[in-house]
Amino acid sequence: MSEAAKPPRPQFRNIQITQIVGYRLPLAGVVSILHRISGLLMFLLLPFVLYLLDHSLLSEISFEYFKGFASNWFVKLVILALSWGYLHHFCAGIRHLIMDNHIGLDKVSARKSAASVLVVSLTLAALVALKLFGAF
Amino acid sequence: MANNNIGPKRLVVGAHYGMRDWLAQRATAVVMAIYTVILLVSFLAATNFTYEGWAGLFSHQWFKIATFAALACLFFHAWIGVRDIWMDYVKPVAVRLVLQVATILWLIGCAGWAAQILWRV
Repeated sequence: MSEAAKPPRPQFRNIQITQIVGYRLPLAGVVSILHRISGLLMFLLLPFVLYLLDHSLLSEISFEYFKGFASNWFVKLVILALSWGYLHHFCAGIRHLIMDNHIGLDKVSARKSAASVLVVSLTLAALVALKLFGAF
Repeated sequence: MANNNIGPKRLVVGAHYGMRDWLAQRATAVVMAIYTVILLVSFLAATNFTYEGWAGLFSHQWFKIATFAALACLFFHAWIGVRDIWMDYVKPVAVRLVLQVATILWLIGCAGWAAQILWRV
């Protein structure tokens, strides 16, 4: 059998970073990639969350330090990013669990649920932002 | 006996890692979702947002255990998810192995720290 005579088999790889800009993802695709990005973000910032938890719980002195630390604008931004990540991952995860039960798998419902995930998570993240930066 | 025959000739064997991890990720997700609700309700129902209120919540042994169980789920869940990311985007085997080992060490380190934080309150 001559292997060399065969044409090269097509390879289907994941999209590369350079192709991302040209891709027009459907809403469900946007939710999906944001699910992954938010998950990685929370994974990388685990020590930051544990650091905050540690100082908030250790003693009254460390609690005061925690309050001061968390009032810094940059720390607030990081907390906001993490809050959005949690909210998005939570909502998209609930959507996943529902779809795992074969509910809402058709194109129209999938698009609707993806839009709902974005609306709910972004609205709640906006509330967190207003709370963090002292609007109420 | 389970019917593992796919088609007339092929017998599917193996350890079913894919299915096991897929299911574990769902199960841990449900645990974390329930814990999130418990934490939010306990925190907001306490209406005591001082140090005493916050640390008081974590002073109960059941709450420490529940928190640690939820965090253990988080670490397992994160391991499966981050491993998926490495498998999708990092093709050189050596680099992927290093990243996977680093991920495991990272998560074990976080688990140890979490245990220390919880049980010294």
